[in-house]
Amino acid sequence: MTVLEVDHVTKTYAVRGAGRITALDDVSLTLESGRTTGLVGQSGSGKSTIAKILTQLETPTSGEVRLDGQPIPRRGAGLRAYRQTLRMVFQDPFASLNPYHSVRYHLERPLRLHRVVPDAELDDEVRRLLDRVHLEPGTVIDRRPHELSGGQRQRVAIARALASRPRLLVADEPVSMLDVSIRLGVLNLLADLGREEGLGVLYITHDLATARHFSDEILVLNQGRVVERGPADDVILRPQDPYTRELRAASPDPEKHFASASGTHGGAL
Amino acid sequence: MTAVQPQPQPVQDALEVGTTATTVVRGRSRIPWRFLAGRAAFYLFTLWAAITINFFLPRMMKGDAVDQYLSRNRNVSPEAADALRTLLGLDTDRSLLQQYLDYVGLLLRGDLGVSLLHGLRPVTEVIGQALPWTVGLVGFATVISFTIGTIGGAVVGWRRGSRLDGLIPVTTFLGTIPYFWLGLLAIAVFSVNLGWFPIGKAYGVGMRPEWSAEFVGQVVHHGTLPAATIVIASLGGWMLGMRNMMLTVLDEDYVMVAQAKGMPNRRVLWRYAARNAVLPQIQSFALSIGFIVGGTIVMEMVFSYPGVGKLLLDATNAKDYALMQGVFLVITLSVLVANVLADVAYAFLDPRTRQTEA
Amino acid sequence: MRDPLLTVRDFSVAYDVDPPVQAVKDVTLELRRGEILGLAGESGCGKTTLAYGLQRLLKAPAVITSGSVVFHDASGEDVDIDRLDAEQMRRFRWDKISMVFQGAMNALNPVATIGSQLEDVFEVHRPSMSRAQRREAVAELLEIVRVGAQRRRSFPHELSGGTRQRVMIAMALALRPQLMVMDEPTTALDVLVQREILRQISELRHEFGFTVLFITHDLPLLLEISDRIAIMRAGEVVELDTAERIWSSPRDEYTRTLLSSFPRLTGERGVVLR
Repeated sequence: MTVLEVDHVTKTYAVRGAGRITALDDVSLTLESGRTTGLVGQSGSGKSTIAKILTQLETPTSGEVRLDGQPIPRRGAGLRAYRQTLRMVFQDPFASLNPYHSVRYHLERPLRLHRVVPDAELDDEVRRLLDRVHLEPGTVIDRRPHELSGGQRQRVAIARALASRPRLLVADEPVSMLDVSIRLGVLNLLADLGREEGLGVLYITHDLATARHFSDEILVLNQGRVVERGPADDVILRPQDPYTRELRAASPDPEKHFASASGTHGGAL
Repeated sequence: MTAVQPQPQPVQDALEVGTTATTVVRGRSRIPWRFLAGRAAFYLFTLWAAITINFFLPRMMKGDAVDQYLSRNRNVSPEAADALRTLLGLDTDRSLLQQYLDYVGLLLRGDLGVSLLHGLRPVTEVIGQALPWTVGLVGFATVISFTIGTIGGAVVGWRRGSRLDGLIPVTTFLGTIPYFWLGLLAIAVFSVNLGWFPIGKAYGVGMRPEWSAEFVGQVVHHGTLPAATIVIASLGGWMLGMRNMMLTVLDEDYVMVAQAKGMPNRRVLWRYAARNAVLPQIQSFALSIGFIVGGTIVMEMVFSYPGVGKLLLDATNAKDYALMQGVFLVITLSVLVANVLADVAYAFLDPRTRQTEA
Repeated sequence: MRDPLLTVRDFSVAYDVDPPVQAVKDVTLELRRGEILGLAGESGCGKTTLAYGLQRLLKAPAVITSGSVVFHDASGEDVDIDRLDAEQMRRFRWDKISMVFQGAMNALNPVATIGSQLEDVFEVHRPSMSRAQRREAVAELLEIVRVGAQRRRSFPHELSGGTRQRVMIAMALALRPQLMVMDEPTTALDVLVQREILRQISELRHEFGFTVLFITHDLPLLLEISDRIAIMRAGEVVELDTAERIWSSPRDEYTRTLLSSFPRLTGERGVVLR
């Protein structure tokens, strides 16, 4: 079911001395419940601009974003309700959690703010959320961010995003700052949540391999334009657009490397 | 083998290859006119605000200069008092706006009025006499203190953990001693007990300012003690500031890279670490220049030094508005000039600020 | 088998904090002349500490607690790095072993032009060169890495991340060292730029024949470019083998974990449980 539509959105910025630059050029995409959409592109491709427009930090120059077919309210209760519906998970779990507050505080705040549960049930709800992201409530609930590992911190950030019971999750490079051996765990968690809670997930990344494995559909963004879109395997395994092909050729692919170069490798660099 | 083979690929302009989100700026930075104009407008506005406040402040105080003057000179007739008020621009029959416009007009012509305290001599002349003493003595002391403190701080920071670290608490302690106490102590020890230096004033009684060896010797002799106390009092701040910046900079990657490059320690210390650590120091130095003129009242009191600080104190006591306004104006101007200098120095020393667009 | 360039034996580094932390534990490995040795591991595994330790670049509280590092110079002379005094060590650095630092690092002095930072190297290590010769050498280096000699007067902040990294490579190449230690040289760069830089390193290697110690957490990348790979975990080298064997028949449990942490770009999707 389509929850959110980004409909022909263009975003331009005025740049001193250089006229206007186009950050997004006629971008359309939809987020559907229970499905993950991968948004792939290099730095400067417009990935973060999309995230900003989805969170209403920026407004499109032209085009529209619609939730359940209705335009997003610009202010007031409507905007607050929208922000409760769509939550972000950021790249840097160090920066997105306040070092002075405990895990409990981080999770209780959105619960109170959006009056998700009565005050008497706050503690239960916090524990349920921690459980949901596979953290042991008893051991982490009263810790502060610096007492947690990077992966635990990102799980807390995800739990916080889930607190307001959103329908959409925008994950902007959620694992690129985490250690490699825990990345898949966090991505698997996001995938599970998407499927089990019927969340529509936008997975923004520069990494083609994880985009392929964790997305149902992939959009490739180059200089503000969607150059290719389609089911994940089609886009990555059989790319049509020259830019997508270039990206794929540049991404490390040991499988292909050893298949094609068996016996002759070495001094490859 | 994707990594090796020089794949057929159009040769790209080296400038275009490898751009990320950072904008590539070609060649040397241009002159940032827009930035300069912005700064100029900011300084002009500040100047105007300072002049305006300067005009209103004395008028908000109770009693005027003429009342004060009358209380000191009883034989002045009421007519003469009115004439004085007109002369000083204090006549009440003119609107405040009119007075303000007159004030600004006179200011633009370099006319700051006359000083009641100094026998109706032009304020510009009175200040002109005091200014060189303050600027010369305090300026010299500030430069010495900054130089010693910064170089010392750089060395102490570089050799952290060594015995040199002990210098920091000592100089900081000296800086926390109340200045008047330090000054009086210096006079008591070196002037009164040991008799090495004169007790006060800028030069001996009976001397006239002239460019003679004897007179210059007198000035140096009289200035040593006040200058030394200023250096002692301010050295700790410079040293601590520089040392702390050094500790920050020494953790920067380019210092590690310089060491990996096999640079000798002296080169790493001065060309890489200190060169970067000195940037904030330069800025506070320029700002402290601005306070040379106004910030030395205590020194000039303790050493009866004929500078601007003493002038201001006397003018305030006597409610000599024209002189007060004049001194304030000079202080304001010097702070502004110092800020401009700080901007220029920073732009000169830090290439990153020369860039207008991110 | 190619002859050895660098022999590291029982090398250990500890951080002298309370309680002491063993950052590198008894690492023994041999770099062979002309090869690319990959050093893979996660953050905090000690791979960077090891690289800095080889050149005695560690700062307190890091302490080298044991081990020896011997550099087998092309002249046939063996240099025992522990035996060098401070001045000899300074001369040795960059001349024999140079480094390319992390792309994200603030590795260039922000207040000096890149030209002057390149010239520095010649000024210190080749004092006999005249000013004009130095200038010429710098221009040549910048042309070699395709940054262009006219960029000599640029400041680091005026260059893109990729260009800065090329400048770092030019700097590492300056004295034609026999070994280049590369610490995550492409990590902060976009994948297309990363590939460009790797291609360039490859060309330079063909031309100048230096050996590379390539450190990164990006195992798939390492598998493509390395001859041999050392896997590090918690300060220890848990496995050291040819790239092909690391890929096809990893012996250590941790190597397998690390391999499975990277979903395959083109292989079966089965790697990731969905």
